[in-house]
Amino acid sequence: MMGAVAIEALQMAFVLLAAPGLVGIVRAVEARFLRREGPPLIQPYRQLARLLGKEVVLAHNASWLFRTAPYLILALTWVAASVVPTFSTHIVFARLGDLIVITALLGAARFVLALAGLDIGTSFGGIGASREVMFASLAEPAMLMIVVTLAITAGSTQLSSIAAFMLSPVLGLRISLALALVALVIVALAENGRIPVDNPATHLELTMVHEAMVLEYSGRHLAMIELAAALKLLLMISLIVCIFFPFGLGGTGAAGFLLGLASYAAKLGIAAVLLGIFEVSLAKMRVFRVPELLGAGLMLGLLATLLLYVSRSL
Amino acid sequence: MGLGFDIAHMLAGLMVLASLLLLYQDRLTALINVLRLHGFILALAVAWQAHIQSAPELFVSAAIALLVKALVIPGALDRIVERLGIHRNVETVGGIGLTMFAGMALVALSLRVMLPVTAAADPVSRQDIALALSVVLIGLLIMVTRRNALGQVAGFLSLENGIDLAAAGARGMPLVVELSVAFSVLIAFIVIGIFLFRIRERFDTIDLAALESFRGERR
Repeated sequence: MMGAVAIEALQMAFVLLAAPGLVGIVRAVEARFLRREGPPLIQPYRQLARLLGKEVVLAHNASWLFRTAPYLILALTWVAASVVPTFSTHIVFARLGDLIVITALLGAARFVLALAGLDIGTSFGGIGASREVMFASLAEPAMLMIVVTLAITAGSTQLSSIAAFMLSPVLGLRISLALALVALVIVALAENGRIPVDNPATHLELTMVHEAMVLEYSGRHLAMIELAAALKLLLMISLIVCIFFPFGLGGTGAAGFLLGLASYAAKLGIAAVLLGIFEVSLAKMRVFRVPELLGAGLMLGLLATLLLYVSRSL
Repeated sequence: MGLGFDIAHMLAGLMVLASLLLLYQDRLTALINVLRLHGFILALAVAWQAHIQSAPELFVSAAIALLVKALVIPGALDRIVERLGIHRNVETVGGIGLTMFAGMALVALSLRVMLPVTAAADPVSRQDIALALSVVLIGLLIMVTRRNALGQVAGFLSLENGIDLAAAGARGMPLVVELSVAFSVLIAFIVIGIFLFRIRERFDTIDLAALESFRGERR
């Protein structure tokens, strides 16, 4: 029991500390591919430190909601990240590590963020919030279809059970899971506002969704929001890795623990490099085409469920 | 059920996915590329059926599929696009979202119909036939929802691929039927190609809405 608590504490500290570094790696990869020097890997940490030291500038008509939202968003995202079995399944919250719980926590964080975007009453905040909610209304059903597919295949929505099932030899070759993986990647890209959906690097009013909502934040509030965004990226990558590539997970003892930690770090690094390559090779979509992309994700999830229906009814 | 079923199921599922991609595409060059992929997956699926049924004549079908449907016809379509000078988007009748939902509904329908009907058959051909029917239905849907003649040709060819998949899954399909079907598709394709050029010559477009207005059917 004590060991589980210690591992949980370690994981919570690790995800929080690693998240800005992950963003740093993605940016460095993109810079290299664009033949730029790029910022150093620790730039996101420096930026957070700088923001924490700055004073907060609040609009006159900002309510308590605007001031509490950054902490709420960070807390919700952090809790969601703490229940995913990242490098060990022996964590205290493993029983809570349920796909539906994580979807709900992320949904709550998005709700708070959209409210904060609307709170100030600027037009940018409103545009950002409405776009975010429009995308979410398609991304969440797609996410739920993926959850259904995984639940039918593995017999559980609990992440540690799914990971154990994926490691077991009964898995075989399942096209449904391949479709679910592609759908989950699409959902993850949309959830994090990565390139085909939104450009995290610009403040261009035509494209921004997430940036528009947080435009009015400054100082430590902005630091919280940026940390939460980085944490969300790490969370989605951890989710994909935990479900579809759970190699090295689930070991017991010190050796299994170290193996889990090393493989998790390696998987995060690979995912960051892949994300960087993916982002530099694609152009951003028009906002009104994004529902088509997310609709494709939804279709893939639906198709995965239908094919599962075929292979299980035989 | 072993690996044989899993791979057959995966290839048939990929066929359905490629059909949905065809339905989703709104650019001619991408449409033809997906059609090429469709033919290629078909060749793989038929070859796999030949392997697990130990039916050597199906390898011939797979070779025909690879040659005709993955190489010759898409290549010819590419040349038509080049000669007509049309790289524009394909006009669809309804929105993409609506069409995709219709496509998914057709997949669900064909599974719902085919799985109970074929209860006596063995699992590999059952899933093959059920998924082949959805490929056929999506092919019809593509033909219905496209204004552009080339889009309709793509729908027709994917429909034929679906029939081929079903034939490979059902045991005892004679090779002579296979050969004559492949031949008739080629003939149909040539006829369609000639028609495309005739339509283009007369109306300066291959948007079939021009034909409708010519016949006085346009509202």
